[in-house]
Amino acid sequence: MNNLGITFVATALMLALFFFLVRYDRHRAVTAQVGFFRRNGALVGTYLVLGVGIWMLFTFIMPMVFMVDLSFHHKLPPSKVGGPEDVYTLDNYRMFLFGSTTSTDSLNWLHLRSFFMTIFISILITLVTFAIAYPLAYYMAQVARMQVLRLLLLLLVIPYWVNDILRAFAFRIVMAENGFLNQFLQGIGLTHGPIDFLGQNIALYVALCYSHLLLMTFPLYNAIEAQDHNQIEAARDLGAPWWHIHLFVVMPHAKPGIASGMTLCFMLTAGAVATPMVLGGPNSLWFTPIVYDRFYQLFDWPQGAAYAIVLLLACIAFVFGVLKLTGLKLGEITK
Amino acid sequence: MTSAIELEKVRITFGTFTAVHETDLQIRDGEFFSFLGPSGCGKTTLLRTISGFVQPSSGHVRIGGADMAGIGPNKRPTALIFQNLALFPMMSVAENVAYGLRVRGVGKSEREARALKLLDQVALSPHAHKKVSALSGGQKQRVAIARALAVEPKVLLLDEPLSALDLKLRQHMRRELREIQQRVGITFIYITHDQGEALNMSDRIAVMNAGRIEQVGHGREIYANPQSAFVASFVGESNVIPGRVAAVGNGLAHVETPLGRLAGRVGLGPDGSAPIALSAGDEAQLFVRPEQIRLVAPDQPRPACGFGARLRDLSFEGSMTHLELDAGLGMPCNASFMTSNAGALPEIGTDLALQFDPLDAIVLRQEGRAA
Amino acid sequence: MNAQKINSALVSLYLVLFFLFLLGPLLVMAVSAFNTPSYPQVWPIRGVTLNWFVQLFHDKEMLEGLRTSVVIGVSVSILSVAMGLAGALVMTQLFGTSRAYYYFLVVAPVLIPGIVLGIATVVFWRDFTGLLGLRSLLYNGTVLTILAQSSFVSSYCMLIILARLQRFDVSQEEAALDLGASYPQVFRDVLLPYLRPAILSSAMLGFLTSFENYNATTFAILADKTLTTVLASRVRMGSSPVISALATVIVVLTILAALMFEWVKRREQRRQWSREKEARESERLETA
Repeated sequence: MNNLGITFVATALMLALFFFLVRYDRHRAVTAQVGFFRRNGALVGTYLVLGVGIWMLFTFIMPMVFMVDLSFHHKLPPSKVGGPEDVYTLDNYRMFLFGSTTSTDSLNWLHLRSFFMTIFISILITLVTFAIAYPLAYYMAQVARMQVLRLLLLLLVIPYWVNDILRAFAFRIVMAENGFLNQFLQGIGLTHGPIDFLGQNIALYVALCYSHLLLMTFPLYNAIEAQDHNQIEAARDLGAPWWHIHLFVVMPHAKPGIASGMTLCFMLTAGAVATPMVLGGPNSLWFTPIVYDRFYQLFDWPQGAAYAIVLLLACIAFVFGVLKLTGLKLGEITK
Repeated sequence: MTSAIELEKVRITFGTFTAVHETDLQIRDGEFFSFLGPSGCGKTTLLRTISGFVQPSSGHVRIGGADMAGIGPNKRPTALIFQNLALFPMMSVAENVAYGLRVRGVGKSEREARALKLLDQVALSPHAHKKVSALSGGQKQRVAIARALAVEPKVLLLDEPLSALDLKLRQHMRRELREIQQRVGITFIYITHDQGEALNMSDRIAVMNAGRIEQVGHGREIYANPQSAFVASFVGESNVIPGRVAAVGNGLAHVETPLGRLAGRVGLGPDGSAPIALSAGDEAQLFVRPEQIRLVAPDQPRPACGFGARLRDLSFEGSMTHLELDAGLGMPCNASFMTSNAGALPEIGTDLALQFDPLDAIVLRQEGRAA
Repeated sequence: MNAQKINSALVSLYLVLFFLFLLGPLLVMAVSAFNTPSYPQVWPIRGVTLNWFVQLFHDKEMLEGLRTSVVIGVSVSILSVAMGLAGALVMTQLFGTSRAYYYFLVVAPVLIPGIVLGIATVVFWRDFTGLLGLRSLLYNGTVLTILAQSSFVSSYCMLIILARLQRFDVSQEEAALDLGASYPQVFRDVLLPYLRPAILSSAMLGFLTSFENYNATTFAILADKTLTTVLASRVRMGSSPVISALATVIVVLTILAALMFEWVKRREQRRQWSREKEARESERLETA
């Protein structure tokens, strides 16, 4: 069976599981259930089935399953695909962990280091972004007057729709060796020579934080805004110090928003492509360019797929880690 | 008279929960019929079964003689007025009223004309082109009525439509609803938990409790001759005095109670004509309404149907004065009087002599625990 | 009192720093778009010029990219609203375990890095179009990018529409049915008008998300070019004030759109207020 065949079978199994669950739920239902097409009418019913079917099957499930399957194959010329040499293999994952068979190192340090650095720095950036965004979100949600709030929201929307590449570009202008920031710092006499923000990857990290600041702010703002101001007042009346109020009154209530902002921020940071491409210094090894290179430098798609899956697993692990840590359900952080 | 609606052995269950037990009922053409009961008694479920949103688990619903099995709500000759009215906020008042005509394929000019005519009848034509959110509660109510009447239903179903209005407006709308019903002459089926509304507007009332219809009849009839303990206390108020039948005769039952020997009329059976069969020794309950109890002046002799009690509390509510009495029943006994400015009110803590006319009291068999 | 003063000063300082960080880089970039040197710089200002904007509007490659971006954006927006709407409606009709399973599947695209979705789309459709014999027709950058982006943009649309759908009053639907409407009529006359604001905002969001997407696009676009991929290759080649000029145009357009959105919102709110005032007025007359 070729890759497509496997994909179709796996997808069919997922569909079958879905219909089995639907039947199972109907069986246990307490209220009377009307049939799907009776409930929606033939026309709308067909639209719903086609809409969800095309979306889920053709743009999501089948491509993902196919990619997973592909990652367990060798890179072969088209004529040999499906032939006797097209066997399942773990080589692409082995490559990630131990390097190519010709290498003398015991582990693939280059890729592993890049992977773990990416994850580690993404977590750091997520925490820093949270620390920067939280006070503003709180201020907007609980303190600011209506007029001020409108102005702040308007100001926040402006950078939101500037795309990642342009944001990164702006930071390159600001933080270049003879850029504005170095000129400014030297101008006021704080530094004497130019600082190499780009080469040291400082520009990269700052820009990543900048890019996801708003994605952190909005969920936080929504969550904190939903809290009754009286609760905070009550805590203050009882003499709770400010840090205590934030830690034990505001944050627990805003937990879904915090989890949601952090998840978004982490995923987009770890999966960022544009920013590392524009701002990565010579010694930056963000993980996504490595994945990119599997495809467009080495033209080894199976290996690229395997690397993409490694990145995906890290993201899934992070999401589940956050859910576990906060005790929330998936539905609560995707609002 | 033909039946507008006929329920035959209708039973409605949701999973293991029985919302409505097997029910037979006939509602006449042109009748203002109310279902009265506490929330959760199954009255709304029954209404939704008639309108087609709920399928009965067994039994038949007939409207105008035709079996409604498998016929959806959009194909039934009924129109429902929802508790929250469910007006369409994105349409104007006139568009709301004309909607039923629009989906029936009535042309634009005709349906507008008919909508305007209906709005005229409920004094809303000046507001025809406003959005519904610009209307007051009472105006919205009338739009909902006009919208339902526009499709010329055989039966209009109303699900507690007045519950959101304030008291004064509610009383006004009662009169208006009754007038509309008499003008259009179709059957109205009205759901309410407010006995005042039901008694005031209806030709007949079905009192419901826990998924069962307990009694069907005219308001006065139900008030005068409750056939169950639930009806006796839900429609109006009743003091319940348990006891054992000592003798039956002349339509009266004499009951030995903790308050002494009291008497009341023998209650009517389920068919509403013949009294139930009571005989000496039966466990029974005597129901007497607070407003039927009278004070016996201290200098008068103790009457045949009387008892003594200590006054525990007294509350003055304008036209009525309510007494809360301790007669040694383990629960308070209530009495109400028209307030009279002549004569002093008794003081709290004093022992009083009270009486009632046996013809104002009802004796029913003690209900088994199964009911 | 003194502590409060310090406190509010600290808050102001924080706000100023925050917005300096947020808007400063954009401002610097905007200034460099008007400065004459061909390497984008802010200081010193050697002369004010609109030259870079003129060059921008004569840049064939960028204009071509813009055209592709718009085509992709509009297609993604339409597809995603249609699919996301279907997704949200189906969600409201599922219960129990099947709902949890379904929910997991339909939000998953949001939680997957764009690069992974882009890769999956390319590798699957290369073989799948081969199987269908439609490779020449469907296996091109524009189609693949539309597919890859629709995957997660649909999830966004679904979440927006679902949020409104969950506040839908089912008795509206029942009222229409009761008045004799068929199911498609209920859908057209009651549900769609109710969802209209959510549909419009998700269409808008879908277009903008597609327009600025790079992560999924860079894999799926193959030989075609969108504005973002053109930009990326330019930025990789080196810095030019033309790019600053483009960013400035985008910022200005964003500000205009935001202001217009605010204006529309306020107008709608004023209308709603006047209606409510009218309702209160007639309420008063009625109960008087």
